[in-house]
Amino acid sequence: MEKKKLVLGVIGADVHAVGNKILDHAFTHAGFEVINLGVLVSQEEFIEAAIETAADAIVVSSLYGHGELDCRGLRDKCKEAGIGDILLYVGGNIVVGKQPFEEVEQRFKDMGFDRVFGPGTSPDEGIAFLKKDLNITE
Amino acid sequence: MQPVLLIDFGSTYTKVTAVDLSGPTLLGTAAHFTTVETDINEGLNNALGELSKKVGTLDYTARYACSSAAGGLRMITSGLVPELTAEAARLASLGAGAKVIKVYAYELTEEDIEEIDALKPDIFLLTGGTDGGNRAYIEQNARMLAQCKTRFPILVAGNRSSTTTCLRILEGREVTACPNVMPKLGALNIEPTQNEIRALFLERIIKAKGLSTAAELIDGILMPTPAAVLSAMELLSGGTKTTPGLGELVGVDLGGATTDIYSIAAGHPDHDAVMKGLPEPYAKRTVEGDIGMRYSALGVLEAVGVERLAELSGLSEAQVLAMTEHISAQPDSLPDTEDYAALDYAIACAAIETAVTRHAGHLEEIYTPTGPAYMQMGKNLTGVTKLVVTGGAIIHNQQAPLIARHAFYTESAPFSLKPKTADIYIDRRYILASMGLLGQNHPDAALTIMKKELEYHGTAE
Repeated sequence: MEKKKLVLGVIGADVHAVGNKILDHAFTHAGFEVINLGVLVSQEEFIEAAIETAADAIVVSSLYGHGELDCRGLRDKCKEAGIGDILLYVGGNIVVGKQPFEEVEQRFKDMGFDRVFGPGTSPDEGIAFLKKDLNITE
Repeated sequence: MQPVLLIDFGSTYTKVTAVDLSGPTLLGTAAHFTTVETDINEGLNNALGELSKKVGTLDYTARYACSSAAGGLRMITSGLVPELTAEAARLASLGAGAKVIKVYAYELTEEDIEEIDALKPDIFLLTGGTDGGNRAYIEQNARMLAQCKTRFPILVAGNRSSTTTCLRILEGREVTACPNVMPKLGALNIEPTQNEIRALFLERIIKAKGLSTAAELIDGILMPTPAAVLSAMELLSGGTKTTPGLGELVGVDLGGATTDIYSIAAGHPDHDAVMKGLPEPYAKRTVEGDIGMRYSALGVLEAVGVERLAELSGLSEAQVLAMTEHISAQPDSLPDTEDYAALDYAIACAAIETAVTRHAGHLEEIYTPTGPAYMQMGKNLTGVTKLVVTGGAIIHNQQAPLIARHAFYTESAPFSLKPKTADIYIDRRYILASMGLLGQNHPDAALTIMKKELEYHGTAE
């Protein structure tokens, strides 16, 4: 079967590169084709990469607390660009300070993200959800 | 003696160069107006007459030619995302020596098809999607192209999963499949397409443009002139198996209508800048269609502003405006007064400034919670230490070395990644295109002649 494609990157003015490399490795190992855009990735870059490669999901990381601002409007732009139905994941330290995760999750889901992951999530958890959402059966 | 003749059928002049391979030495050069409307051989024979006055009648062992006559190689390209496959297609075409008259992205519309019919390209390059990526756009665009009334060769170099479908849709037209110009996101593979463009140029375009009568007399028109210049720059930079080249370099070709910039350099970031955007080819060519000394003099004025030209020339703003109008309306005019010479100097400086700035990469500073970070778009040329200047509009100007310095990095634009300190070489004999041609079969001779004939004008910053 053809590999499912993920566009991966760290959004906004965020230069945290280590987690990005770990995710790239973990997703690739799990059988996905990873299009890794690295750090300092704008919303437009995520979308353009997803269009050109016909990706199945966009996986956004944010570590520096400004994720909420950076992610706002991403789903709307995807709709505008003709990939409105694409699977959107976000994870990391995505908000400022310590806030109840349920509230954070709800806020990002309202923004149009399909899955939201808090700090300390294992890559395996993300992989399990990706397989479920993309109907991958082992 | 082993004389070889090199011919450049330019849009204005047919230039001929005689070299002796057994030196190897440059014997002489001559030029005459190109006569593509009547018979291209007329201009060629006149130029050869001039040449034989200088070097005597020679029994040439080989004759090679390049051409940018009859509009050059006019291409239209289409891709999916403007910054990705559409840009890859544009870079591929420019590097093959083409004049890119239009670039389309996303879906071609009915209006676009009408426009393509009106523009009548020599070649259309259809791209879109990475391998295994998007198929919808390129296939839709193939269907639209199939409606074109005019006939032109089409190269398909997009998502490989779509190639067969595209070929089927375009059946009955002259269509060739090439490997994807962007097989993976952010990875270019433009050489196979460039080779195909060149092959088409040889087989078909030469005939269509009425150049074949000349082609019979010589051993072939090998390539479009800009491809010959790019090839000469690559040879000069990289050297041959036996002789080292100059290393990484930037080339400037300042003409009356356009300004071409070449860089033969990796362009890696200096320190901790993060690379963004498409990786650019090691040998990169850009063309500024609005920047030139005569036909495009007003484009230069528009790009830098009248204040800048006044500052560079020492003329008043009113003078600059009136005189620039004049020379763009009369592209044959020569700078026969002190004022016009001053204006020419200013336009040349501004043209080089603008064209090199557009060619070179740049940095963008981003403030992050952990301090500033830098993103680099395009090639970092700050470490390049050779600058080669050519072009009919500048090589005879006594101030050429001063003008050339306007290619350099300035404190006032610290994020523009232009060369900081470089040795300046000027192509006074106007031989680069010829040496690019000669280098196809005799790289060592071409390199030796270039090293000997390019005038060295010291190191500047």
